Amino acid sequence: MNYNWDWGVLFREPYLDWLISGFLWTISVSLAAWILAFTLGSIVGIARTVDNDWARGIATCYVETFRNIPLLVQMFLWYFVFPELLPYDAGMWVKRELPMPEFTTAVVCLGLYTASRVAEQVRAGIEAIGQGQRNAGLAIGLTPAQVYRYVLLPVSYRIIIPPLTSEFLTIFKNSSVALTIGVLETTAQARQIEEYTFQGFEAFTAATLLYIVVTSVVMLLMKLIEGRVRIPGMISLGAK
Amino acid sequence: MFGDFDTGVIFDNLHFLVEGMQTTLVLTLIAIGGGLILGTLLALARLSRFRALSFCAGGYVNFFRSMPLILVIFWFYFLVPHVVGRPVGGFYSVLVAFVMFEAAYYCEIMRAGIQSVRKGQIYAGQALGLSYAQNMRYVVLPQAFRNMVPILMTQAIILFQDTSLVYVVGIKDFLVSADLVANRENRILEMFTTVALVYFVICLSGSLLVKRLQRKFAR
Repeated sequence: MNYNWDWGVLFREPYLDWLISGFLWTISVSLAAWILAFTLGSIVGIARTVDNDWARGIATCYVETFRNIPLLVQMFLWYFVFPELLPYDAGMWVKRELPMPEFTTAVVCLGLYTASRVAEQVRAGIEAIGQGQRNAGLAIGLTPAQVYRYVLLPVSYRIIIPPLTSEFLTIFKNSSVALTIGVLETTAQARQIEEYTFQGFEAFTAATLLYIVVTSVVMLLMKLIEGRVRIPGMISLGAK
Repeated sequence: MFGDFDTGVIFDNLHFLVEGMQTTLVLTLIAIGGGLILGTLLALARLSRFRALSFCAGGYVNFFRSMPLILVIFWFYFLVPHVVGRPVGGFYSVLVAFVMFEAAYYCEIMRAGIQSVRKGQIYAGQALGLSYAQNMRYVVLPQAFRNMVPILMTQAIILFQDTSLVYVVGIKDFLVSADLVANRENRILEMFTTVALVYFVICLSGSLLVKRLQRKFAR
């Protein structure tokens, strides 16, 4: 294996700037998409557990649709196909005047896709609590909404902190798919540095380290949070 | 709009799409096979008494699990020709990437599966005088595999979807073939809708099958 090592390339202009801006794009896409995924995923997940056939049916359709189409295909659908399906004026607006089209599309696509996965975790968390708590809540005269607000959700969200953490890390890694529609995030920048300088080893190592650092920090942080919000004596709930 | 939706373009290029799907399937199957073998070995290493071995296996798994698949594909696309010393073609590089990447995920599934086999079974095997390898081969792994079938299949469906990411290095899989047709015939709407539908039907049938299996295995 003959290869000209040159780690200095990572600290030369403009390559250092590329990496930094790539990293910032990765973070912005991930966080924005996560806000969407968490909000929508919670709504859909809760809808899958309520006592209403229509709500459950629609939520199930949502989850099955978004889970069973590859993320990359969904990215293309939102970017290339979606504007064509809109009425002419709206389609034109999306194509011409949408602010930061690649970024917005990536956030919407990633957010809606991950919402289906978050929904499954939320549902699993609520179902793990069991019917008894729900019945108990209803029996003391709480409305169904109150049962969710004061009984089911506070416990279920604590149970699902670990899987939600890994969903966040998944969205963070999946943000790299945004490069296919032209968002120049970390992976795309590493690839670009490789193409410009042929120093692929250095460029990909830098990108890998960035991902590993963020993953480790997030996992550590969530461990701390999990410990802080734990309800004494309720740890075994998730295992039931 | 759907008004001028042209199904003809799909049938005209059907053989092209089928070829792409074959590449996708070959890639998926080899990645499952290779990933399973490597993943099982990794899981055994992770559960081994030898600290160094389990530490290395754990490092491998955490390393690959904290990287996006696209970056892994780029890594191996760049690395494999360097290591082999000559150009090997994108398909083989991508294949190595998928096997190595999937192995990390299969390792975690296998580890959970092996740990789900009751300790008494292992002791019984040891009491019968089975060696470590025999105990694994005849007692632990067959039971572990049975417990894991639904999760392994779910992972296979995810892998089937993930192979579409070879798009980034231009391997002619199902999605890339459709993309080529879409651009050549200027029929983006038709082609991408078809691709999404085909993936949806295959993956939905797969996940329905998993649900049935789960009900069958849950006793």
